[in-house]
Amino acid sequence: MSEPAGTEEPSSERSSSAGTFSQVFAKALEGNTVTVTVLAIVTAAVVGGLLAAFTNPVVLHAPAGDIIPKAWSVVAGTYVALFEGSIVNPHTVAAFFQQASLPTAVHDGFLGAVFNPLSETCVAATPLILAGLAVAVPYQAGMFNIGGQSQLIGGMILSAWLGFGVSMPIVIHVIVCVIGGFVGGAVLGWLAGEIKARTGAHEVIVTIMLNYIMAYLLAYLLSSPSLLQKPGSTDLITPEVASSAHLPQLFGNGIMRVNAGFLLALACAFGAWWLMNRTTTGFELRAVGANPSAARVAGMRVEHAWVLVMSIAGGLAGLGGTAIVLGTDFAVNPSNFGTYGIDAITVALLGRGRPAGVVWAGLLFGALTAASPGMQSQANTPVQIVQVLTSVIVLFVAAPPLIRTMFRLRATRARGVGTTMSKGWNA
Amino acid sequence: MTTTASPRLPDLLPGDGSAGALGGARRFAMPATFLVFGLVDILLGARSHGSAILSFTPQFAKVTIPNLTIPAAGTCYLSGALTLLLAVAALVPAVAPRAVPSLGNRAWRRVAIGVVLFLFVIALLAWSDVSQSSGGSEAIPINIVNLLSGSLNQSIPIMLGAITGVICSRSGVINIAIEGQLLLGAFCAAIATSATGSLWIGLVCGALAGSLVGSLLAVFAIAYIVDQVVLGVVLNGLILGLTGYLYNSILVPYGDTLNSPATFNLWKIPGLGDIPILGPVFFDSTVFLYITYIVLAFVSFALFRTRWGLRTRAIGEHPVAADTVGIRVLALRYRNVILAGLIAGIGGAYFTIGSVGSFGINMSSGEGYIALAAMIFGRYTPWGAVLAALLFGFTTQLQSILSSINVPIQSNLLLLTPYVVTIIVVAGLVGKVRGPKAEGVPYVKA
Amino acid sequence: MERQSVSGMQLELKGITKRFGSLVANDGISLSVTPGQVHALLGENGAGKTTLMNVLYGLLQPDEGEIHIDGKAASFHSPKDAIGAGIGMVHQHFMLVPPFTVAENVTLGIEQVRPGGLLDAGRTRREVRELSHRYGMDVDPDAIVEDLPVGIQQRVEIVKALVRNASVLVLDEPTAVLTPGETQELFRIIRQLRDSGTSIIFISHKLKEVQEIADTITVLRRGKVVGERKPPATEADLAALMVGRDVQLRVTKAPATPGDVVLSVDSLVVPAAVSSVHGTPATASTQAPVNGLSFDVRAGEILGIAGVQGNGQTELCEALMGLLPVASGSVRLNGKDLTQATPRARLDAGIAYVPEDRREDGLVGSFSVAENLVLNSYDRKPFARGITLSLPTIAANAMARIKEFDVRTESPAAPAGSLSGGNQQKVILARELGEGTKLLIASQPTRGLDVGSIEFVHKRIVEQRDQGVAVLIVSSELDEIYALADRIAVIYEGEITGFRPPGVDAAELGRLMAGGTDLPNTPLPEDAP
Repeated sequence: MSEPAGTEEPSSERSSSAGTFSQVFAKALEGNTVTVTVLAIVTAAVVGGLLAAFTNPVVLHAPAGDIIPKAWSVVAGTYVALFEGSIVNPHTVAAFFQQASLPTAVHDGFLGAVFNPLSETCVAATPLILAGLAVAVPYQAGMFNIGGQSQLIGGMILSAWLGFGVSMPIVIHVIVCVIGGFVGGAVLGWLAGEIKARTGAHEVIVTIMLNYIMAYLLAYLLSSPSLLQKPGSTDLITPEVASSAHLPQLFGNGIMRVNAGFLLALACAFGAWWLMNRTTTGFELRAVGANPSAARVAGMRVEHAWVLVMSIAGGLAGLGGTAIVLGTDFAVNPSNFGTYGIDAITVALLGRGRPAGVVWAGLLFGALTAASPGMQSQANTPVQIVQVLTSVIVLFVAAPPLIRTMFRLRATRARGVGTTMSKGWNA
Repeated sequence: MTTTASPRLPDLLPGDGSAGALGGARRFAMPATFLVFGLVDILLGARSHGSAILSFTPQFAKVTIPNLTIPAAGTCYLSGALTLLLAVAALVPAVAPRAVPSLGNRAWRRVAIGVVLFLFVIALLAWSDVSQSSGGSEAIPINIVNLLSGSLNQSIPIMLGAITGVICSRSGVINIAIEGQLLLGAFCAAIATSATGSLWIGLVCGALAGSLVGSLLAVFAIAYIVDQVVLGVVLNGLILGLTGYLYNSILVPYGDTLNSPATFNLWKIPGLGDIPILGPVFFDSTVFLYITYIVLAFVSFALFRTRWGLRTRAIGEHPVAADTVGIRVLALRYRNVILAGLIAGIGGAYFTIGSVGSFGINMSSGEGYIALAAMIFGRYTPWGAVLAALLFGFTTQLQSILSSINVPIQSNLLLLTPYVVTIIVVAGLVGKVRGPKAEGVPYVKA
Repeated sequence: MERQSVSGMQLELKGITKRFGSLVANDGISLSVTPGQVHALLGENGAGKTTLMNVLYGLLQPDEGEIHIDGKAASFHSPKDAIGAGIGMVHQHFMLVPPFTVAENVTLGIEQVRPGGLLDAGRTRREVRELSHRYGMDVDPDAIVEDLPVGIQQRVEIVKALVRNASVLVLDEPTAVLTPGETQELFRIIRQLRDSGTSIIFISHKLKEVQEIADTITVLRRGKVVGERKPPATEADLAALMVGRDVQLRVTKAPATPGDVVLSVDSLVVPAAVSSVHGTPATASTQAPVNGLSFDVRAGEILGIAGVQGNGQTELCEALMGLLPVASGSVRLNGKDLTQATPRARLDAGIAYVPEDRREDGLVGSFSVAENLVLNSYDRKPFARGITLSLPTIAANAMARIKEFDVRTESPAAPAGSLSGGNQQKVILARELGEGTKLLIASQPTRGLDVGSIEFVHKRIVEQRDQGVAVLIVSSELDEIYALADRIAVIYEGEITGFRPPGVDAAELGRLMAGGTDLPNTPLPEDAP
C-alpha cells in the first residue's frame, strides 16, 4: 500500500522525474485530511464486513470448510444491498430499458424506480445534514451541542402543530410551518445556551438532559387528547398535517420522496458557511470559540455569542424535525426523532465541523440509512450495522495518527476533529 | 501554574460566579430555589385533604411495624413553612455576607439543600397518598421501606458508574463513555451467564467489558489525544450500535442459550438484615448492593488516604508537577481508566443479572449520563457522587411507586423529573463545580 | 528518610547541544559546578538557560554532549533519574499541586507509606518541620499551597528538593516574583544551604542579584557560553557579555510635553474574585487586589507603574478595560465616566490595550494574522459592509500593517499562533496603535522579547506619546520603567505607595515596591507639570 517509511525522499525531486501521477500519489501518502477520511471509511467497511459475516447464522452454522465462501457471500450481499439501496439498483435500470419507449417508461414510473435509491439517500440525509449543522456550527464557537435530539423534537412539535392545527393558504402555510420548526428548535438551543451563560453549567450535561426531557414531554403531549394526540385515537400520534403544509416533492407526486427539505438542508449548509466565514457575527462566534479570553478583551460579548450560536444551532436541528414531519412522515409519533441526535454528532465530526463536510458526511450516512432495510432483508444484516459503521469511521477520523500508523503514512498536518478542540471541561 | 496570586482572565469567565452581574445572579440561586420548593410544598398542602398513611413493613416480614398516619395538608404546610424559613436563612449571606458567616459555609449549604429536598419529598408523599383516593375512601398506605430499598437498588448502576467517573476525572480523563460501559457490561454479563450458567462468571465478564471500553477510551484519549468529550459520545454510539446489532443478529435467534441468564438472589446479611426498617432497606439485597458498599468504602478511602490516591489526584490537578517528581503520568492514567472501567462494568451487569434477567437494546437508557451528572453534583468525591446518584434513583423509584398507586400525575411527566432535577442541580444549586484542573487536558511531554 | 549531611557533588556539563527544529537553543555548552558554591547562569530571556536546566533535570534529552557527576557520565531520561542523582530544581513556574497541602506536595513521588500503600502523613509532617526549621524557612506542613504567598511556595519547592537529598539545587529565575525583602530572605537561605555543602545553580538575568549572590558567574548568549567571571565583575562588563554590545540603557526620547488629563482614576477598588477553588464567596479578610488607587495620565506623557508582579497590576489593567467588576471609585476618560462601561465602549472611546498575556488575551492563535489585525474592528467600516466582512479591505489592511510594523510572517493568512513572541507583539501593537487612540494601556509590553523587539516596541510607544497619546505602562522590569516613564508610580498590594520622577534611584523604588511609606516631604508629581 505504501513505501517503507524510511526511504522517503524530498518529494520535489521525485515529482520532477516521474510526473503528475506520482505527485498526486505522494500527496496522498502524506496522509492529509481527505486521505485519512477515505482510509477511515475503507477500514470501517472492512470491520463492518467482518462483523456482518461472523455474526450471521448462515456462516456460524456452516461446516468448517464452507465458512469462508459463506462469509464472503454474506459480506458481498450486505454491500451489494448497500449499493442497490442507496445509489442504483441494476434491476430497475434493466427494467427501464426493457420498456417499449422512453415516454412510456418515464410515465409508468420506471425512471423513478431507477433514481429512487438516490432519492431515498437524499431523504435520509436531509435531517442528518440539518442536525449535523446544529453540532458543527456551535463547535466552531467552542460549544459541543449534544442536544440535537431535543431541538429536533422541539421543531417537530411546533411545525406539526402549525401544520394540522392552523389552516392557511397553500404556500404561506408551509413557510409558516418551516419558520415554526426553526423557532421550536431555537427555543431549546437558546435554553441550553442561556443556562450555560448564566450559571456556567456545562452545555454537554444540560443538552443531554434536555434530550430526555423533550422525549418524555413529547410522549406526554402525544398521550394527552387535549394537547397533541389525534382525536379518537389511542395511539401516540398527532393528526396528519394539512397537505398545504407539505414540503413539495421535487419530482412530482411519483415514487421519489425527495422533497424541498433536501434543498432547505443544502441552503442551510450554505447559509451556515456564509454566516461563519463571511459575516461579522460569524467572525465573533469563531473568535469566541477559538479564544474566549482574547475575544472578551477585544470587546466581544462571549456569553451573548454562546446564547446566539446555540439558538441558531437549535433552529437548524428544529428544521431537521420539520423536514421529517412536513417532508416524509406528515405526523409525529414517539419514534420520529430516531437516533438523529447521536447521528448528527457523528455527521458533524466526520464533516470536520465544516458545513460542506457536513453535507458530504450527511449524504454518506444517509446512504447507509437508506440502504439498511435492504441489507436487513437481503443479507440478514441488522440495521444497527449503520451505527456501528458510522461510529467506527468517526473513531478513525478522530485519530489520524492511528490511521497513519495502520497504513504507514507520513506524518503531516492532517488534524483530527477531536484533536482540534482537545481541552478540558474547565476551559 | 500558581506563580502569581492574581486570578487569570479565563478564571474570570462567567461560570465561576466571580464576574459582576453573573455572580450576583448566582448568589440568589439558592434562596430562589428554596423559595420555589417552599411555595410548591404549600401549594400541595392547599390541594390535600384527609390523612396520608405511611407503612414501614416490608412484604413477608415476620414483625410488623404500625403504620403512620399523618394529616396531609398539615404536613405539606409545615414542610413549606420550614423550607421558606431556610430560604430566608439562605438569603442572609447573599445580601449581607458578613452578618452571619456560618450561613455562607459549605457544610451549612449542603445540609440546607438536603433538608429542603427531604421536606419536599415528605410533602409530595403526603399529597400523592391522599390525592389518589377520590372522595372519602381511605388512602392506600405508601410503603416507605419499598420506596427506600427500591431507590437504593435502582441506583446501583448510577452509583457504580459515578464512582468510575470520579476515578477517571481525578486522573485527568473525562469519561463520558460510562453509558457505553454500563451497556456493554449488561450485554456481556447476560451472554456469559447464559452460556456458562455461572452468575459469577457473568459478573466478571461484565466487569471486563466495562474495562474494555475503558481501554478504548484510554488509548484514544491518551495516546491519540482525541477530544475526550467527543470520544466518549462516539464510543457510546458505537456500543449502542454494536450491542443493538448483536442483539438482533445473535441474541434474538439464539435467545434461549445466550440471552436467558439467571439473576442473583437476594441475600440477607445475618443479623444486620433483621434490624427493623434499616435491615430490609440496606442489608437484604443482591450481591450488587454489597459490592457497591465495598467499592464506595474502598475508593473513598484509597483516593484520600493512600499513595495511589495522592498520585491520582496529582496527575488530575497538575500532571507536569507530578512528572517532575518522577510519577509516570500516562501510565497511571491508563491504569486508572482501565481499572475504573471494571466498576462501571459491574454496574452494567446489574441490569441483566441483577434485576431484569435478559438483555434489551439500549437497556441502560441514559443512566450513564446521569452517573456523569451525579459525579459533578457530588463534587468529584465518591461519597458525594453516590449520594447524588441516590437522589436520581429515588426520583425514579418515587415515580414508579406513585404511578402504581394511581396518583393522577402523567407518568411521562414524572419520568422527566429526574432530568429536570439534574439541570436545576447542575445549574442552580451548585453552579460551577470546580473539577480537577487537568481534567480532559491531554498530557503531552514537551 | 532523614536528610543526610550533604556530600559535595562535582557536576559537569560537557558540550551540551539541544536543537528545536532549526533553532539551536544550547550550542555546545560546558559548565562545571563546584560543591558548596553558588554558580550563577546569567543571560537574557531566550539565551538558553532554562533549556539547559531542563536537560540537566531530565525533562529534555540533549542532542549532543554529556553530563558528568563526580567524573562519571550520567544520563537522565526523566526527572526521576536526575532526582536520584541528587539534582533538585525549583522551576520558574512552581511544580506544586495547588489544592494539596505542603506535606502532600513534599511527599508526592517519594511517599512515606505504611503497609498497604497507606500514607504516613505524620512522618512527612515531621520532616517538613525539621528541614524548614533547620534553614529558617517557616513552612507549615498542613497549609494548603494555593493559600500561601508566592515567597512561601518557593520555600516549599526548596524543601521538596531537600527532602529528596538534593546536593545540587537549581533555582530558575527565583526572584522574578519576589519583593526585595523576600529576595534577601531567599539569599539568606541560599547562603545557609551553600555553607552546608549544597551547590546552587542560580539562573537570572538580573545583574545586581547575580553579583550579590554568586561565587562564579557563567554568561550565556544565544545558546553559547560567552564568558565566565568571578565577582566582583563590573556591571558594565557583565551587561556587555550578556547582550553582546554596549548596552544603551535609556531609549533616546525628547522630554515629555504633558497636555490635559486624559485618564483619571479615582479611589478605584477591585474586589477579590470568588475563590475559584472552594467556590465560597470571598470573606472580609480577603484583601481587594486593587485597593483605592488614584492617578491621572495626561496627554503626551508616559506614566509607568512599577511593582513586583502580583501586586494588583493585572487586576488594575483588567478593571480599566472593563474586564473585571469595580466595587467603588471611578474611571474617567477625558472627563467621561467609564467606570461601568463595557469593554466595547471603552475601545470605542479610544482606549488601546496591550494585554500582559499576549497568547491568552491578545491574540486568537488559530486565526490568521490578518484576522487578528481586525480583532476589535472587524464589525466597523471599512472592514465590514453591513453584516458582511469586507475581505479585500481586511487583506489590504493586513499587508499595510505587516509592512509598517515589520511583522515577520510567511503570509497574512498564517495563523498568529505560529509567529514568534516578538512578531506576535508587533501584531498586537499594529492593531492597537491606530488613529483615534487617546489612551494606550500596555501591560508588560516586552516580556519575553529579544533585545531587537524590545527596542522596536519601546520606540513605538514613545512615538505614540509624542503624538499626544496618554500612555500607561505597567511593568515589573525596572529597566523598562526607567527607559519609558516620564513619571513613575509604584504599586504595592493594590495601593500606590508613591509617585517619583524618572530620575529617582533604584533603591528608593525598591523601598516603595516593598511597601515602604511615601515620605511626606517628597514633592508630589501632580505639582510638577
